[in-house]
This record gives sequence, structure tokens and C-alpha cells, in this order.
Amino acid sequence: MIRYAAERLGLGVLVVVGVVVLTFLIARVIPGDPAVTYAGPRASKAQLEHVRKQLGLERPVIVQLGDYLKGIATGDWGTSYRTKRPVLSDLRTALPASVELVTAGLILALLVGLPLGLISARFHGRLPDVLIRIASVIGVSMPVFWAALILQLVFAQKLGWLPAAGEYDPNLYYTSPLTSYIQMPTVDALITGNFAVLKSSISHLVLPAAVVALYPAGLLARMVRASVLDTLGETHIRMTRSLGFGDRAIYGRWALRPAMNPVIQVTALVFAYSLANTFLVEAVFDWPGLGSYAANSLQALDTPAIVGVTLIVAIVYVVLNLLVDIAQAAIDPRIRLR
Amino acid sequence: MTAVTAPTSVPGVRARGFARRNPTLVLGIVLLVLIVLVALAAPWLAPAPGDAGTATHPFNVLTDPSSAHPFGTDLVGRDLLTRVMYGARISLRIVVEVLLIAGVVGIPLGLIAGYFRGRVDQVIMRITDVFLAFPALLLSLAIAFVLTPSVQNMTIAIAVTWWPWYTRLVRGEAASIATRPYIESCRVLGVSHARILARHILPNSITPVLVQMSMDAGGILLTAASISFLGLGAQDPTPEWGLIVSQGAQYFATQWWFVTFAGLAILFTAIAFNLIGDGIREMLDPRRVVSR
Repeated sequence: MIRYAAERLGLGVLVVVGVVVLTFLIARVIPGDPAVTYAGPRASKAQLEHVRKQLGLERPVIVQLGDYLKGIATGDWGTSYRTKRPVLSDLRTALPASVELVTAGLILALLVGLPLGLISARFHGRLPDVLIRIASVIGVSMPVFWAALILQLVFAQKLGWLPAAGEYDPNLYYTSPLTSYIQMPTVDALITGNFAVLKSSISHLVLPAAVVALYPAGLLARMVRASVLDTLGETHIRMTRSLGFGDRAIYGRWALRPAMNPVIQVTALVFAYSLANTFLVEAVFDWPGLGSYAANSLQALDTPAIVGVTLIVAIVYVVLNLLVDIAQAAIDPRIRLR
Repeated sequence: MTAVTAPTSVPGVRARGFARRNPTLVLGIVLLVLIVLVALAAPWLAPAPGDAGTATHPFNVLTDPSSAHPFGTDLVGRDLLTRVMYGARISLRIVVEVLLIAGVVGIPLGLIAGYFRGRVDQVIMRITDVFLAFPALLLSLAIAFVLTPSVQNMTIAIAVTWWPWYTRLVRGEAASIATRPYIESCRVLGVSHARILARHILPNSITPVLVQMSMDAGGILLTAASISFLGLGAQDPTPEWGLIVSQGAQYFATQWWFVTFAGLAILFTAIAFNLIGDGIREMLDPRRVVSR
């Protein structure tokens, strides 16, 4: 087991190095003159010269790559042009808000997707199955940016049921100020017992989390349906059926459990996917996370910031993948032998 | 003789049977055929073909849907129905081009990796690992960001992130086929590697890739629309759906039609692709029959 974990870890490190090299290629090699990309199209000749010197572009590419790798490893991710702050500290403040949003979205997706998948499998080929399958196809086909706009218009502006934007009601800054430990208002409010902020931040979370949940919910419903249908054909299910167990026990326990392994894996993978999707959601809901940061950086042609966001999401993805692999191997010894 | 005229052999009945067995596939195909027809016939169907381009109508800005403009008009007075119809051409072309490029790059690499194994395999697979460490939208965005924003560059950016999936898939298939006895006998007979790959390995490992491609089409469509929505893809006056939604976003509270119809077009096209992808996979999946 330890050997398997060490092997996966080694591969993970290799992939992260590859990811850094790839971002270097994107930022420095694909554009004809990286100085122009960095300084912006309106930069003067002197500015370009300055940027060239600053980036060390007159040196061989391989030396530049070495410096770049060293910088990333030692926490020097460059300085954002827009905020004038180190990219890494910008990311440190932006990431928690996005993690909060995506986590809420995935919890919602699991709460909706798992039962729907089970019901779909139980009523295989009948009306509930057809309806749920249509709903899940719509979920995975939805352009998230459009869904965000529609939900905001309907539930915030027309019906006024939920707040349109932000993390929590700004009036609460004064009446019940929140002590921030990890930059996630919901969690911070819960830790400090600040229930006014907790209530407000949860109501602010609902709409963006629902948009984030659309794709994962559809995906999970389809997956659970497929793998439960697979397991239903196996002998242990026939056995339990012939022993007289009811549907609830068969579906809830023996058919669902083997389906959980792929569910855990997909949930982890879809986490990183959803982090990238927040680029399209956060700007609409004015959510101060990675997505808003990325969208603003795209507008400002802020290359170091974009490279930073790309790197951090890819690293989250690799780490999650690694954890899932190791966890699955710990649960199911057969995986180690593959 | 009666067997020939039996009801099962009447084409219409057989088609109906196929539709009943594969409802999602048939629904998806019907939807997609409609969208393709609209795309092809856009110059004849659209009320104002000039509005797909640079035309402007300053006295007709942001008007409500009416019989003259069923989808309303946009911020420079262009007919939105026309723009949504022409948008189908752009989106469908992007999907086809991305699949073609990704297939042409990804499939041969997968064949080589799976057939030759060894060091070549290691190198190719580690490269795909790196590409697959990014969510597709993220890597395409980063690449589109450093290129000049245009439909063509966006297509390239998406294709660059998409090929590794096919490499992986083909490699797995090719590796298992390469160990079969008939491949071994080919080698003994002195058949060249290129011929074995092209004549025996490729045809036998291509099916899962084609299934995967049909399932990916919807994702590619959404990725392209998302990149355009963020301003890194199609540029005005290109009538791209994602771009239309982003142009309409700020007018949404008062001019709902601007965003709504372009978004619906994306949604329905993605649904069509996903239904077809699901349907094809299910049709080919032998485990489909559930013992109950």
C-alpha cells in the first residue's frame, strides 16, 4: 500500500512539473513576442525593453524555464499588473471563496443527483426514468453562464426571493462584524457563532451554488443510474431478492454501495472542473473568488494572474486525483495490483 | 414467401421499432438535423442576412420581439433571429473542426503508443497526463488568452486540449489488440508496422473513439460558447451564440430577449449532441439488457 501511494505521489509530482512547464510554454513561447503579451498592446518601446529585461527574455529559453520553475517552487508567482500585488497572495484570498462555492454546489449536486439516479434505476424504462434522464441531459447541456443570468433574473430580480449578488449582506459589516479566519463567510460565521452573517451568507450561496450544481448533478444522476443498473444484474442482488429483502434495502444498500466508488472519483474530478466553471458564474453573482479574479484578469490582459489561476486549479486537480487514487486503493486492494 | 412481406420487413415499421428501442438517439438526431438544416439554409431563411455581419440600424436598437423581428434586435439594431440562425453555422463548424483536429492528432499518437509500447509509450502517455491535469475549459482559455481572439484561434485552443482523451482511449485498445495472435502472425509474415497499424489495429480500435467523440460534441460546443462569452473567442460582428449572450448580459433585466434566444440555441444544440452521444453509447453497450 505504501509502495503504491509512493508511486502515485511520484507520478503526481512529475505531472505538476509538466503542468508548470506547459504554462511556461503558453505564456512565453506560443506568443511571438512574450514581452508584448506581458506589457499589453499599447506599451511603448521603452516599456517593452523594460519588460524584456525584467522577464530575462534575452537569455536562452532553457535558462528562462529553469528560473521560472525555481520561482514557482519558491512561491514567487510574479506580480499581477491589475492589483499590483504578488499573484500568490491574490490567489490565497480568492481561492477560499471559490472552494466554498464549489463545495456547496457539489453537496447540492450529490443531494439531488444520487436520489435521482437511484429512482431512475428503480423505475428503469418507465416514466420517472424517462423524466429524470431528460432532466439530467438538460443539466449537462446547460450553458452555465446563461443559467446564471436566467436564475438571477427570475429569483433575485423578478421574484425577489434571494439576493442577487455578493457573499453576504454588506449592512452586516457594521451590525455584526465577522471575524475571518479562512475567508469562507459561511464557515467563519459558524465557527464564531455569528448567526446573522451565517443566515445571510447561506441565502447568498443558494443561487450561485445551484448553477454550479447543474452539471455535476446531471452527471451524477446518469452515473448512479448506469452503475446501479449494472449491479442489479449481479448474483448478490438476486440472492438478496430471493431472500425476500425489500426494494429499500436492495437499492439503498447493496446496489448503491458498489456504485459509490466511481461516484467518489467523479465528484473529485468534477470539483476541479467546477472551479474552472466558476469563471462563468462568479462574475454574474459578484462572488469574490477565483472566477471573478480570473474574469477581471482576462479583461485586463493580466498574464501573470491568468498563469497563476491556471496553475493553481491544475494543482488542485492533480492533488485531488492523487488523494482519490490512494483512498480507493486503501478501500479496494484490487486497485493496487492493476 | 410470406416472410418477405411480413410486417417486420416494412421499412417504416422497422424505423418505428428502432425509434422505440433508441428514443434518445432518434430525438437527438431529429433535433440535430433541424439545427443543421437551419444552419445550411440560413441565407434563405433568415429575415435579414446582412445582420449577420456588420450592418447597423441605429433607429431599431433593442426593439421587442415582433412579427418583423421575432427574437427582437440587439444593441446596434441587428435582427437577432438572423444572428441566432447564422450562429448555428459557426458553432457546428467549431465542433466538427475540433473533433477532426483532435482525432487526427490524438488517434495516431495513441496507435503508436499502444502498438510499440516501451519508451515511446511512456513519453506520449506522460505528455497526455499533463494535458489531462487541466479542466478542458481552463486550458483552452489560457491558450486562447495568449492568441489573438478569433473563432479560428479558439478552435485551435480547444483542439489542443482535446486530443489527449483520444490518445488515451486508442492506446488502450491498440495495446490489447497488438498482443493478439493474428497481429503476431502478420509480423512473422513480414508485414510492415505501418501496414499493420493502418489495416489491422486502427479499424479494430476506432469504435470507442467514435463513440467518445459523439459524446464530446456537446462539451466542445459549451466550451466554445463559454470562451466567447468571456471575450476570448468570436469577436463582433461574428454572430456567435456565446458572444451574443455576453453582449446582452448587461441589458438582461430590461431586454430579456437579447440573452434568452441565443442561450436557448446553445442549450438545444448541446442537448441534441448529448442525446445522440448517449444513444450511440447505449446502442453499442452490450450490458444494456438488464436482467430483471
